[in-house]
Amino acid sequence: MVKTQVPVQEGLFTWPSDDPRLIGRLEKSTGRIYFPAIHNYVSDEDSEEVLLSKRGTLWTFTIQGFLPKNPPYKGPETLETFKPYGVGYVELPGEIIVETRLTEGDPDKLKIGMEMEMVIVPFAEDEDGNEIVTFAFKPVEDAA
Amino acid sequence: MTEVCIIGIGIHKFGRTPERTGMQQGAFAVRQALSDCGLEWKDMQFAFGGSAAAGSADALVNELGLTGVQFVNVANGCATGGSALLSAYTAIKSGEFDVGVAVGFDKHPRGAFNPDPKASGLETWYGDTGLMLTTQFFGMKIQKYLHDHGISQEALGLVAQKAFRNGAKNPNAWRRDEIDLDTIMNSDMLAHPLTKFMFCSPSEGGAALILASEQTARRYTNRPVFLRAATLRTRHYGSFEVFSPYQALKRAPAPTEFASQAAYEMAGVGPEDIDVIQIQDTESGAEIMHMAENGFCKDGDQEKLLRERATDIDGPMPMNTDGGCIANGEPIGASGLRQVYEVVLQLRGEAGERQVQNNPKTGYTHVYGAPGLSACTVLQN
Repeated sequence: MVKTQVPVQEGLFTWPSDDPRLIGRLEKSTGRIYFPAIHNYVSDEDSEEVLLSKRGTLWTFTIQGFLPKNPPYKGPETLETFKPYGVGYVELPGEIIVETRLTEGDPDKLKIGMEMEMVIVPFAEDEDGNEIVTFAFKPVEDAA
Repeated sequence: MTEVCIIGIGIHKFGRTPERTGMQQGAFAVRQALSDCGLEWKDMQFAFGGSAAAGSADALVNELGLTGVQFVNVANGCATGGSALLSAYTAIKSGEFDVGVAVGFDKHPRGAFNPDPKASGLETWYGDTGLMLTTQFFGMKIQKYLHDHGISQEALGLVAQKAFRNGAKNPNAWRRDEIDLDTIMNSDMLAHPLTKFMFCSPSEGGAALILASEQTARRYTNRPVFLRAATLRTRHYGSFEVFSPYQALKRAPAPTEFASQAAYEMAGVGPEDIDVIQIQDTESGAEIMHMAENGFCKDGDQEKLLRERATDIDGPMPMNTDGGCIANGEPIGASGLRQVYEVVLQLRGEAGERQVQNNPKTGYTHVYGAPGLSACTVLQN
């Protein structure tokens, strides 16, 4: 049985979609982009939603080396099953630098400046057995 | 306008004190500061105090006496102590008050802080998915800085090694054992490139300062320390701060750069005039970045300075001489005032085993807090 996939937060990225994209908010008077769009940074009259680029470059990163406390963390891992995961900021050219989980958790395989692309990844299960998905960036494999 | 002086200082040992509440540690520090200058709680015309996790600071009146004193609670993240001091400074500088106290204390549970996304104006997804950790921010910020300025990971270890070396000489510090570089570098990797021993831990402690106008100060002491500058600045658009789901493409100068500049201007001195320095070292990377942001060196020069031991107690720029946050831990409300306590002690020549030599005349403190503010002081004897 295929589990239903539900986004960790409505309005964070387009979903369901064959081409999911992060949703930002463009402030028309200043040209500034904000993320996520659901956050009430600027007035509705002066702004509109924009879909952000799927590709960018790794601006910086770290590896989360210990199991975060719950709350607020909702991941399914236990102290025994926890594996360090990557977190980084990805620069989307001409847009913004977005904070994101990374699919890669080995620091030796991450380099500042490398090409990254956005993917939707399973993250946890809710009480109804649905798969909760979130966005992450992964290194572009065919990058020169 | 009057000069503002620090005439009394008090501290409760940092670390773990199970037998005392955070509040009691704050009261301990106030009593010690009062006794240091021969004043009593009833002499205090005002109090500014802060604690992030150990109760409302103004409840200290229950411990210290119901004198009717004007007591204002201050909350500004890791810069809470700096903000309490700034408030006290302004109260006296204005001429409205002659003498009062700035106090900070805290008591945090073990382990990394686990803040609520909503308290930072964020939606729950941010915490749910494992992004709501200050440790990640520190790791990412220094990762970028090391990359951009060609600094090695080992430089981070050198900062921590110095912190423990200084902490070993401070009876009020939490960590009192020196730790060798290999152990620091090979301890658990908490947030690459930062290992366990490069981080400060949430802890407990209290610190208090009695401030007075110069005229009042002269009545109680013949060795006042002058608070020549106290400044606080918040972030600009484009500054890289904790708990940011996104950032602007272009970087703005850090809040520290603005607060620091303003402090030097107010005091009429420059970084080259500072004899003893306390800067925020929530982890090794912060000390490295703050060395440059406060004007003590250029970006990228830190590793050479660390290898030359320039920031050691007997070096040309003694830094975090009491072991800093790394050896003292971080009780949020108290840290900023601990730094000033240490500088006053150094300027008085009373720092014992960790005393900076050649009679230091000018000291500097800097704290930095979420979500992007910085408070600096310049002190002179």
